[in-house]
Amino acid sequence: MRWLVATVAETVPETARAVTLRLDVPDWPGHRPGQHVDVRLTADDGYQAQRSYSIASPPESDRLELTVERIDDGEVSPYLTTVADVGDQFELRGPIGGWFVWDAGDDAPVLLVGGGSGVVPLRAMLQHHAGSGSAAAMHLVQSARTLGDVIYRRELEALVGPRRAVTVTLTRESPPDWGGHRGRVDAGLLAEQGWPPAAQPHCYVCGPTGFVETVADALVELGHAPGRIRTERFGPTGG
Amino acid sequence: MPVVSRGFQGRRRQPGAGLVPPGQYIVDDFPVLTAGPTPDVSLDDWDLTVVDDTGDALARWGWEEFLALPAEDITVDIHCVTKWSKLGTRWRGVSVDTILDGVDTAAEYVVAFCEGGYTTNLPLADVLDGQAWVAYGFEGEDLEPEHGGPARLLVPHLYFWKSAKWVRGLRLGDQDEPGFWESVGYHNYGDPWREQRYWGD
Repeated sequence: MRWLVATVAETVPETARAVTLRLDVPDWPGHRPGQHVDVRLTADDGYQAQRSYSIASPPESDRLELTVERIDDGEVSPYLTTVADVGDQFELRGPIGGWFVWDAGDDAPVLLVGGGSGVVPLRAMLQHHAGSGSAAAMHLVQSARTLGDVIYRRELEALVGPRRAVTVTLTRESPPDWGGHRGRVDAGLLAEQGWPPAAQPHCYVCGPTGFVETVADALVELGHAPGRIRTERFGPTGG
Repeated sequence: MPVVSRGFQGRRRQPGAGLVPPGQYIVDDFPVLTAGPTPDVSLDDWDLTVVDDTGDALARWGWEEFLALPAEDITVDIHCVTKWSKLGTRWRGVSVDTILDGVDTAAEYVVAFCEGGYTTNLPLADVLDGQAWVAYGFEGEDLEPEHGGPARLLVPHLYFWKSAKWVRGLRLGDQDEPGFWESVGYHNYGDPWREQRYWGD
């Protein structure tokens, strides 16, 4: 798979720690929502570092977007979130991964569950749902520590409509007038926002390992077939 | 020539950086990557089988029988296709040489099959001669479920997805059949030193 040159066209701050990079990538072959890319940075003396990032944009977006959360002792994410600016270049290759992907032609209902920046590939799915006019119903449950940590908050709220729902739960602190959910994602919230197993929904779960373990176990407990639950995990390791 | 990213310095030389394949970085923790939920495996029902390509069992061990096989302690570096490498990991398990001892086969390929339907494919030669194990201990403890316990394949010279978690058997055959990740974009062989991450690498 070939390395392509990406040029930063725009940077969009999402939270105090997360930035969306809108990229011009000539010869981008297109992708499916949920896939990721490998990013390679090269220093002027030839030193290189690689990391993987989920694609944040849907296939129909005019630019490829990556939303990157800064890991303080990381190597690549501090560069992408605090140094990279309009006109800067790096290399990427992709799209990668054919498992954690959603097909708009599939009418089965979809439950998306994202913890922290785990919402990034799910945003691509939700936007693709809107952009493709899919007949499936799609619900997103998004977990964040505080209101300020909710990535894409306004944007995803604006996508709510027929066949699309978004629920945000705040795990650490919430404003007194907070109208959403409080606390960690559990079986109760998943049963309320998801579908009964008999509806044979697809479940996509993305987030840190502990989050994904808990949510995937709860979905199995609710009776969902393990084969209908697709997971993508990441840790704060090295980003 | 790769493009230079303005202002990128990088973390530079990690201790041991020369020991990892291209594109990898060293971690101290042990990240978990799995396609789905962690299966709840009952040791009472567990077995490890070796089958031929018609599905006929050539060998089979229950859990206690498997633990009674000669075990080895192995210290190896492991390399995940998602870029992390972990140096000097200590495992305990049964060599695939031991598992296939007494199995008469002319097969050239092996598919490891697992709880939940996961599979991965390898040339048989890559799991022989002290290159692969079915491991059940990690760093002196039982292997945890999220890392593939009660037992996983360990093939440290290939990217770590080949070290299939929750392994339940080996299927021997003449045909190379792409496994789970190998069917969705990942390299059929997966040599980290040649950076064979994806199709076409």
